[in-house]
Amino acid sequence: MGWETWIITTLSRSLAYGTPLLLGTLGEIYAERSGVLNLGVEGMMIMGAYSAFTTAYITGNPWMGILMAAIVGGVFSLIHAFASVTLKANQVVSGLSLTMLGLGLSGMFGRGWEGKPLPATIPKITISGLSKIPLLGPIFFEGQNLIVYMTILLVPLLWYILYRTRIGITIRSVGESPATADSLGISVARVRYVCVFIGGILAGLSGGYLSVAYRPAWTEGMTAGMGWIVIALTIFAFWNPVYGMLGAYLFAALYHLAFRLQLWVSPELLKAMPYAFAILVLIFVSRGTLQKRMGAPAALGLPYTREEE
Amino acid sequence: MTGRVDFKIERRPVASGFIVFLVSLIAIFAALVVAGIFFRIYGVSPIRAYQQILRGSLGNSFGLAETVRRAIPLLLCGVGLTIAFRALFWNIGAEGQLLMGAVAATGVALFSGLPGPLLLPAMFIGGFIGGAVWGLIPAILKVILGVNDVITTLMMNYVAIYFVEWLIHGPWKGPSARGFAYSDTFPRAAWLPTIYGTRIHWPTLVLGLVLAVVMYILVNYTRSGFEIRVIGENPDAAKYAGISQFKTTLLVMFISGGFAGLAGVGEIAGIHMRLLGPSHISMGYGYTAIIVAWLARRNPLAVIITSLLFGVIMSGGDVIKVSLGLPFQLINVFNGLILFFLIGSEILLRYKISFSLRR
Repeated sequence: MGWETWIITTLSRSLAYGTPLLLGTLGEIYAERSGVLNLGVEGMMIMGAYSAFTTAYITGNPWMGILMAAIVGGVFSLIHAFASVTLKANQVVSGLSLTMLGLGLSGMFGRGWEGKPLPATIPKITISGLSKIPLLGPIFFEGQNLIVYMTILLVPLLWYILYRTRIGITIRSVGESPATADSLGISVARVRYVCVFIGGILAGLSGGYLSVAYRPAWTEGMTAGMGWIVIALTIFAFWNPVYGMLGAYLFAALYHLAFRLQLWVSPELLKAMPYAFAILVLIFVSRGTLQKRMGAPAALGLPYTREEE
Repeated sequence: MTGRVDFKIERRPVASGFIVFLVSLIAIFAALVVAGIFFRIYGVSPIRAYQQILRGSLGNSFGLAETVRRAIPLLLCGVGLTIAFRALFWNIGAEGQLLMGAVAATGVALFSGLPGPLLLPAMFIGGFIGGAVWGLIPAILKVILGVNDVITTLMMNYVAIYFVEWLIHGPWKGPSARGFAYSDTFPRAAWLPTIYGTRIHWPTLVLGLVLAVVMYILVNYTRSGFEIRVIGENPDAAKYAGISQFKTTLLVMFISGGFAGLAGVGEIAGIHMRLLGPSHISMGYGYTAIIVAWLARRNPLAVIITSLLFGVIMSGGDVIKVSLGLPFQLINVFNGLILFFLIGSEILLRYKISFSLRR
């Protein structure tokens, strides 16, 4: 029956494509919850993609690639943390410069790597028993991989930490009112460094997934603005990991649905779609929130200085 | 004689022009040093590379001409960006606004049916409007709905890129060559005159210089400029003073988008004479202009100098590619480094070390 296959394929692919979006969004949620705007996600993602691909190629082990991607993303984000938290620099421009750097570095070093095939990729998994479940089976348990599952499990974990633990309250208070947190003895700088670092690791992982699992290949600029979409999704998620999951998979689903329009709309215009969607997503979320102003951590994007005198 | 030198770090009220200049130099120097590391990785001595770049981009007439012609779109976009940044509107969309200006100019050149002498002025007007509209959309979204300006302007870049791709592969498809798609070539009357023997389309250059001066006057000596500055420096005070965030934001993006659109007209009518693939029209001029504006400390007049500096750098990219076999991308890395060190060094502007002698 055509209908059923169509739903299964779309949802199954949404799961696959939504994973890097979700990974990036989860990381950005943590960074922004602590009050630091990280616009370097795109740069961290592409550096993650590049390092994962080359590491996997050289070592023959895709998981080494994933690990390297996380490390590279994390290191990159520490640079942003240093500029934003310690040097109290303009966070928008700091993130932008890191994205420029990431794109430039990966483009420069990646020159010889385009078109190289990657024999060592993250294997696709099919769980034979569970995949027989009607509808859900083929979507969730056929042809996905470990990273997809890990990402899904990350969502309740990160949600729980953020909303039900002391650590989460600490993070959120630093993002809402760093002065209050500071007066309670919390090290604003340390919390922000850690959160930005988490954001960087997840962004790197997201990029690594792209080049080693999703579509194993390296192309210059292969993230194609996914980092920016992640930032839009973070806003859409109201800085909540669960809504982030919804947003990421929903976006991925819309993305695939729209490609079905290939018969009627020219391919170039279709390529513009994810970016137009991201704008629409933001418009949808912003209607009315201008008055309510809910969600955004109050101190987002503002460097914190302890007022001495 | 016993004495002790105490030094303490305290906030500097306002940094003097000299300090700002010095700190900018430090930032550029830091970028040169780190970029030097990358040159070393490719087995090239950084000193030699920088010598080659300077010689290639300033030392001979061809190189100098190329430097200037690269500076033209940087100048126009950069001036526009200083206005937007002053009002704290993060216009990352100059790239897309430039492309839409080029599209509008192409439309006028190929389809308006205007008589010869009217074509170029109409193209500039059309290009300005094209870029302005493209910039006003994110501006309206920000003032009415509070939508984040960084994301919207960026996303509009991608939409513009694919819009151009669609045009040259679809409705405006002309004869193509070597697998690249182009539109038809413009009629002769739509070609911008260039300085003999170079690719410097001087009308756009003059336009850029004039607009830089005009914007300097606007920002510093007019009421609108005053409103823009207050919104940027103290949004709360602006509200109490009755300054309309709505009107000011729309004004700055009208200007910023429009200027980028003008840059697009210059590129398309001065260099290419037809609509091409987006990456051939603009090699990241819109993004590089952000650094140009930032280095100019958002002063429209200073953009004249910083755009020339980055013209040298971009020209240098060609030089290192051709004579040293290095990837052009190294220039993008260099630009990213400059921007990073620029904002990282701003802390030096906010604090100073003062010494006092104590017995």
